[in-house]
Amino acid sequence: MLERLSYYFSFPLVRYALIVGLLVALCSSLLGVTLVLKRFSFIGDGLSHVAFGAMSVATVVDVTVKRVASGDNAFARWLTDIIEKTNSMVIVLPVTLLAAILLLRTGQNTKIKGDAALAMISVGSLAAGYMLINMFSASANVSGDVCSTLFGSTSILTLTLSEVWLSVGLAAVVIAIFLIFYKQIFAVTFDESFAQATGVKANGYNLLIAVITSLIVVLAMNLVGSLLISALIIFPALSAMRLFKSFRGVILCSAVVSVICAGSGLIASILFSTPVGSTIVTADMAVFLLFTILSKLLRRN
Amino acid sequence: MAEQLICRNVTLGYEGIPVTEGLDLTVSSGDYLCILGENGSGKSTLVKALLGLIPAMEGEIIRAGEISGGVGYLPQQTVVQKDFPASVREIVRSGCLKKAGMRPFYNKQEKALAEENMARLGISNLARRCYRELSGGQQQRVLLARALCATSKILLLDEPVTGLDPKAQADLYELIADLNRSGITMIMVSHDVSAVRYASHILHIGSKEQLFFGTREDYLASSLGRSFLITETGQADSLPETPPPPEPEEKTISTKTAAAAAAGLGLAAVGTGAAIYKYVKRGERNA
Repeated sequence: MLERLSYYFSFPLVRYALIVGLLVALCSSLLGVTLVLKRFSFIGDGLSHVAFGAMSVATVVDVTVKRVASGDNAFARWLTDIIEKTNSMVIVLPVTLLAAILLLRTGQNTKIKGDAALAMISVGSLAAGYMLINMFSASANVSGDVCSTLFGSTSILTLTLSEVWLSVGLAAVVIAIFLIFYKQIFAVTFDESFAQATGVKANGYNLLIAVITSLIVVLAMNLVGSLLISALIIFPALSAMRLFKSFRGVILCSAVVSVICAGSGLIASILFSTPVGSTIVTADMAVFLLFTILSKLLRRN
Repeated sequence: MAEQLICRNVTLGYEGIPVTEGLDLTVSSGDYLCILGENGSGKSTLVKALLGLIPAMEGEIIRAGEISGGVGYLPQQTVVQKDFPASVREIVRSGCLKKAGMRPFYNKQEKALAEENMARLGISNLARRCYRELSGGQQQRVLLARALCATSKILLLDEPVTGLDPKAQADLYELIADLNRSGITMIMVSHDVSAVRYASHILHIGSKEQLFFGTREDYLASSLGRSFLITETGQADSLPETPPPPEPEEKTISTKTAAAAAAGLGLAAVGTGAAIYKYVKRGERNA
């Protein structure tokens, strides 16, 4: 088995996948604790659907531009080249960011309450995204495309070097923000009114949290696909909360759990050729079950 | 007695619509101000204004230099906190948030301050415990310790005893009174009448306007204070240093109280009457 693993790891694509996968798992688990505690876990879910919609738009734009530039002149070649080089993240990231900000605004005082607004946006973008792909996609295998966007399937194993660097950069930003504002994030998560009274701009930090969440959603789309992203965000946090009693303990445990699950899930999926996303999420679920049983046992003693 | 907080003819509200008008009050250092008012009378708006979260629409709120660094705040508990996995020490330390500024971690002085305040409120032994496993009274002590980390000058308490059992309520009131005696100014929002007993000043706001501001003695003597206390408890709150209401006690008090009082020494002496009332009240608490 080890031989097979080392054989697989001789491919750069597999190494890229592992690097990006672990980073994404680390980021999502760090923020997951805050999101779960602030009752924001639904935001991750909603955003991932928005990201799916944006992804479809990106695909359609891609196809359309290619069609427009079908001639054999210099301009057409230049345009095709640009499209090939730019990542779909150029469209997905800003759209998801915008949705995050909008959702947070609607969470406060509006006529449509937070959860309803979220359901509306997420289901709406899911439907619109599927429709767009169906209508305009040039690909022969539309359901395969959709399936790979929703469940990730193989996209983590087809990352280019520039995508890896982009992911590493985004992950570094998320981790840095989390470390620098750890105190404030704790204060805002635990008690918004107190934080505000001591001069912390609570709404600003809520916005920051939403922005980081959308970054993570976009990053995680490659790893587990857009439907499974919230599993990556909430499971490690919930598992850690079963056993640990301090905020720091919960965060550290959640990070460790998430990284281990992502790593073992990735390797297992390569060895047994199972879908990456669902293998990782299954590992997360198993740990959650284990921790729940453990906490029951510990409480009894 | 230095004045710490002055409101002059302040109007508060949201988006141009006034909630409370004509607030005039002065809080000096060492005062214990109790803010009374029915639901919807603008107590929470006033709290926000005193914390500096919303500006006054009219009039001015003047803060003395020593409290410009912030007011220690004990907010009402939220649902989020009920099952929050955080140790007591982490929560108390978060009171030093403003002192630490943009520094990513707390330094030695701030950590020492947190330990000191935990000791002061008798929760040092809970430092490593998880907040969600504590009793309601212990949780309030943790939040008080956190507020003390933010300031040692003035505390603003928003309905601190809500949801506590009577014993824990009494303990918390005593604790707050102790802190007040050690020189910390207290501003407490409450709709619980027993809060009045400990206060030095009372602010009573009705819908849209200020009904009373002054010392507790004046309040108890005023017809407003008397009617408020009677409607809330079914009888006037007898305090050792103020004469209890004259005779009609037997008509307003509950049968339980009456029976206990009759079984006791009788209602002859005013002082004894008050003592019995207190005794009975304690009995009810323990029941």
